[in-house]
Amino acid sequence: MNHSNEIAIGFSNIVFGLVFLMVAASLLTWIERRLLGFWQDRYGPNRAGPFGVLQVVADGIKLLFKQDWIPPFADRTVFVIAPAIAMITVMLAFAVIPVTPAIGIIGNLNVGLLYFLAMSSLGVYAVVLAGWSSNNKYALLGGMRAAAQMVSYEVFMGLSLVGVVMLAGSYNLTAIVHSQQHLWYVVPQFIGFAVFFLGGLAETHRLPFDLPEGENELGAGFHTEYSGMKFGMFFIGEYIGIILISAFTTVLFLGGWYGPILPPFLWFALKTGVLVAFFVLLRAALPRPRYDQFMAFGWKLMLPLTLINILATGAVMLCWSTS
Amino acid sequence: MLSVLLTLWYTFLHLFHRKVTVSYPDEMPYLAPRYRGRIVLTRDPDGEERCVSCYLCAVACPVDCISLQKAEEAGRWYPEFFRINFSRCIFCGFCEEACPTYAIQLTPDFEMSEYNRQNLVYEKQDLLISGTGKYPDYNFYRVSGLAIPGKDKGEAELEREAIDTRSLLP
Amino acid sequence: MNSTFDISAIVAILATAMTITRASAVHALLYLTVSLLAVALVFFVLGAPFAAALEVIIYAGAIMILFVFVIMMLNIGDVAADLERSWLTPSIWIGPSFLAVLLAVELCVVVAAGGYGHRAGSVVDARAVGVALVGPYMLAVELASFLLLAGLVAAFHLGRSITATD
Repeated sequence: MNHSNEIAIGFSNIVFGLVFLMVAASLLTWIERRLLGFWQDRYGPNRAGPFGVLQVVADGIKLLFKQDWIPPFADRTVFVIAPAIAMITVMLAFAVIPVTPAIGIIGNLNVGLLYFLAMSSLGVYAVVLAGWSSNNKYALLGGMRAAAQMVSYEVFMGLSLVGVVMLAGSYNLTAIVHSQQHLWYVVPQFIGFAVFFLGGLAETHRLPFDLPEGENELGAGFHTEYSGMKFGMFFIGEYIGIILISAFTTVLFLGGWYGPILPPFLWFALKTGVLVAFFVLLRAALPRPRYDQFMAFGWKLMLPLTLINILATGAVMLCWSTS
Repeated sequence: MLSVLLTLWYTFLHLFHRKVTVSYPDEMPYLAPRYRGRIVLTRDPDGEERCVSCYLCAVACPVDCISLQKAEEAGRWYPEFFRINFSRCIFCGFCEEACPTYAIQLTPDFEMSEYNRQNLVYEKQDLLISGTGKYPDYNFYRVSGLAIPGKDKGEAELEREAIDTRSLLP
Repeated sequence: MNSTFDISAIVAILATAMTITRASAVHALLYLTVSLLAVALVFFVLGAPFAAALEVIIYAGAIMILFVFVIMMLNIGDVAADLERSWLTPSIWIGPSFLAVLLAVELCVVVAAGGYGHRAGSVVDARAVGVALVGPYMLAVELASFLLLAGLVAAFHLGRSITATD
């Protein structure tokens, strides 16, 4: 009886979390356009409803009612699976985020950090398979760029977190947040923070690093052939990805729910929100690098930087513990 | 690296700049008097049509959206019909420049959407306005040397009296 | 927990079987990925969460992606699928499947005898894995790193541009 009760609570937690995420992500489509507007001296969508919030509803209705077309030359099964993978992997990754000690699904998972990396590495499949199954040369080019980009940046993303894991002594995200009670890891691990954030940018293929899409070069890249709600799933998946990376940066580097005066949940939401806004600012301000520049930036700057960071962290910790 | 951060900062500061957007239906934008919008046919200060059916506007029009037919009545030329297809018009203003009598003019009005394309074909009664447009005092027949009923040659403004070439004596 | 183990084990076996029988290379790879994920779940249930996470990150997330990448570059069309199909004749698959059935029977016998009861051992966490790797298995780790270095050098040698050498 007690056990089934627990399962029911867990299940309702999951459902609530997913609904909250979907709403947040769809709101984010509107928030992003408003913010982009402000940063470009425009208003952004402000006509539908108060401040234009109902634009989200309008877009949702439009996406749902568009013709859901599968090209005859596409590989049907894979074509349908790909957008589902895009959504599922990012949503699954949220399971391990400890929003506050009380809110969260499995924030106490002992390999929480690795779980997140696993899910983000599975996210590559969505883009690659979408590119391949569309059977379209631009989509294929986008998919290949995505594969190379995401597999490369995953390496730095994983390595940039090693410093945090060393300092916290755990892969458990709740434990990592607890260990930041006095000092956020963004201070001792600033390089890790920067690399992780840039890696997250590449992982969600957001604007400065949106080479898999690259509108002006590849049409729309991997989702050229997608329409209707399948495109919508990539679209929402991308926004959930933004929230995901922001939430993880908060948990790993910005002290999670810790903060004075305000309740923990608000602190978490505030930190995540600022990071999401920063994602949008990056989109508003920076142009897309060339592909070879981008890869060179990764392998020739980020990789040595993270390795040096690990080395330095290890050395400092060793000196600290022996002295 | 520094330049990237500066770019981010300057872009962020745009949050506090004045918006360039004019929220149009709520807040009407200022349109200069010489804005090139909907085309009208004007009348002279006496209330007569200015158009003399010279066809110069139709010739000048790069998209051939103007068509008209000359008619004549008591020495004055006027268009029998005058038709502008605004679904073709590109509002270039060449017709206005070509017009020798300031008859055809572009106005600061652009709100002419229609659900039916055919409704964008404006006939003479749609085009003709009762005023003089941008040139209130100009009257072609009063300044030109053309003889019309009530005004003979040499009686126009700023015109010298007509010289009788047959009676020219040393 | 037992049902989780059983289901994921069955999924792993089925997915592997599908991997072998698919004619389209990408479909086969997808089934292989599913199989790897199922195996990761098995690891997790058996109390090795670190191994499970690494299974997903490294095998499913990195290696299989590289396979997919290569297959995308090769652009295998219907011709290759037909070729694959022609290879799936009984004379080819009867031998391996006979051996596989032998193993399966053996497994069934073991399971039926109740010889698989050592499931819920102690949880092997990341720390234990790390201690094991730099402790008793140091030599194996070093050998693996030699192998990786050799692979890296070979890849560099193959990948250098020809115009630069002459």
